[in-house]
Amino acid sequence: MSLVLELFLAFALLSFIAFGGATALLPEMHRVVVENHHWLDDATFTHLYAIAQAAPGPNVLVVTLIGWEVAGLLGALAATLAMCLPMSVVIYLLIDRWEGFAGKRWQKAISLGVAPLAVGLVFSGATLIARSAELGWAAWLLVALTVIANLRTTLHPLWFIGVGATLGLLGLV
Amino acid sequence: MVKVCQPMPSRPNSGWKNRPETPLTAPGKKHPWGAAIDEAKIRPDLRALFLGFSSVGLSGFGGVLPFARRMLVEEKRWMTAEEFNAQLGLCQFLPGPNVVNLAVVVGKRYRGLAGAIAAPVGLLAGPFVIVLLLAMLYDRYGNLPLALSMLRGIAAVGCGLLFAMAWRMGMALKHKAVFLPFTVLTAATIAGLRWPMPAVMIAGLLLSGGVAWWKLGRK
Repeated sequence: MSLVLELFLAFALLSFIAFGGATALLPEMHRVVVENHHWLDDATFTHLYAIAQAAPGPNVLVVTLIGWEVAGLLGALAATLAMCLPMSVVIYLLIDRWEGFAGKRWQKAISLGVAPLAVGLVFSGATLIARSAELGWAAWLLVALTVIANLRTTLHPLWFIGVGATLGLLGLV
Repeated sequence: MVKVCQPMPSRPNSGWKNRPETPLTAPGKKHPWGAAIDEAKIRPDLRALFLGFSSVGLSGFGGVLPFARRMLVEEKRWMTAEEFNAQLGLCQFLPGPNVVNLAVVVGKRYRGLAGAIAAPVGLLAGPFVIVLLLAMLYDRYGNLPLALSMLRGIAAVGCGLLFAMAWRMGMALKHKAVFLPFTVLTAATIAGLRWPMPAVMIAGLLLSGGVAWWKLGRK
């Protein structure tokens, strides 16, 4: 039980800095879950990210997977709830006042100021996955091709996942 | 002073500004019963909220926000595009999963607290079950060489999708010359120096937000 509680508190804290959603939170989740608490190892963390990519649903579900691997069903529920509940309560209370402070200078300054940080966080998440997955040269080539194809075409992300899974199965990356 | 019960002629609808429903005297709907039926159609009940957001949760891979917009604005017409953008503003302003925040907002708007619970639960319930089924498969077969090599391939692609997402977000930034340095600083401190994110975010918000504040004041 205390492990579930610890998990809940850790993710509830993280939810308050999750600008840019769960994706931007990957590096910090890795620090908390792998480096500080040693709940998971590098390989498992990377695998969970890969599974979350291959499943439908909001990005936040990587948190569900981490919770499951750490503490089973209760862990999955606790981690998901911890990530979603605090800000849901805040937004429930604030939404009626939003019109009052939308467009104020401080609100625009925060929105404008936080955007470049979120980009840096997502980029850091990408390098973190690359590092923990210990990619070889062929895998790096696949990463580069994915970036180019994803930016140049409107192909559904599922196609990329399928290609990655196939190349992996064939032992090519 | 204006009497409370007498609406001011110049602002006849001021008290109704935040009401989501179309007014009974909507243009083209002269008959009050017709308007009421129309209203019932666009005001979803708990079941509709749960199911509507379930379909959103299950249709998206790697981010479902575009699907939420399509469901709310185009398919069900629960909101106009302008309303959607306005409500999304706060959801994106606050931290946390944007689309979960959006579900809370939409749920509250139509069915109060119960709706604010039903909508996000609907959004997450289906994917939650699917992801746990995959996790059970992983627990059982995750050590097999075939499974490992498949996951390695997916991880590489997932990594590429993240880089592409960062690139796209970076290109969408306003005033790149001013703000891209903060992106570089964030990446350097988080990915390079492995500093804790809370400290980086607070310092970054003060610096980057401060510059934004200054820029906004100069216009």
